[in-house]
Amino acid sequence: MTDTPAFFWFLAVLLVGSALAVVLTKNLFHSVLWLALALTGTAGVFLSLEAEFLAAVQLLLYAGGLVTVVVFAIVVTERLVGERLSQTSRGLVGGGLLAGALLVLMLMLIGDAALAPVRPPLQAEMTRLMGDAILTRFALAFELLAVLLLTALVGAIYFARPED
Amino acid sequence: MGLSAYLALSAVIFAVGLFGVLTRRNTIGILLGVELMLNAVNINLVAFGRFSGGVEGAIFTLFAIAITVAEVALGLAIVILLFRSRRTVMADHLDLLKG
Repeated sequence: MTDTPAFFWFLAVLLVGSALAVVLTKNLFHSVLWLALALTGTAGVFLSLEAEFLAAVQLLLYAGGLVTVVVFAIVVTERLVGERLSQTSRGLVGGGLLAGALLVLMLMLIGDAALAPVRPPLQAEMTRLMGDAILTRFALAFELLAVLLLTALVGAIYFARPED
Repeated sequence: MGLSAYLALSAVIFAVGLFGVLTRRNTIGILLGVELMLNAVNINLVAFGRFSGGVEGAIFTLFAIAITVAEVALGLAIVILLFRSRRTVMADHLDLLKG
């Protein structure tokens, strides 16, 4: 159902529009809210690729967790500085040229490559396959990832502790 | 939709994110651009994984998402620390290492 061209184009317009808004709005706070929309749209892309579990993770971790953290950081730093944070951009022409050139290059490469036009059928449900793989082939990497997350969060708390 | 449509979409998002990283002056704004670029890479991974019929693409994306969250938590902690000592978020003003 989610694998229709109409759904894909809807997501494409939503994603590109909100991504442009993220890098172009003046207000940093609005920028974060547009990023939340872009991340939600990405969850939709994952749905259209039949990766339902990833879509849920994307919503929980990114659109839920990350955006909240960034909003907190903005509120805290605004209070520290005591003024509203507007964000200006510089080097619009140079940045636009560089990003545009890279985009053209990538699109040319994608156009030239012989890519699969249709997806092969799934052997089982994607979530089941992922669960099996995580607990067998990728078990060590998964555990290391848990350690990494714990270390990073403890480190972040240590950095941001109140001065005494 | 074919694989090339997903790759083209992620290429556009990557370019938009790169544009943000290059042009934003605010450190948090630069971080948001990096998020967009990472997001584009994740779409690429999932699309390639789905069209090759394997599950590895989805697993790597799961790992990439978790690592990104750790990166943002640390990045924002560094931004807050920078605020405390330098009272600014503008990347141009953070030139302590400049000789």
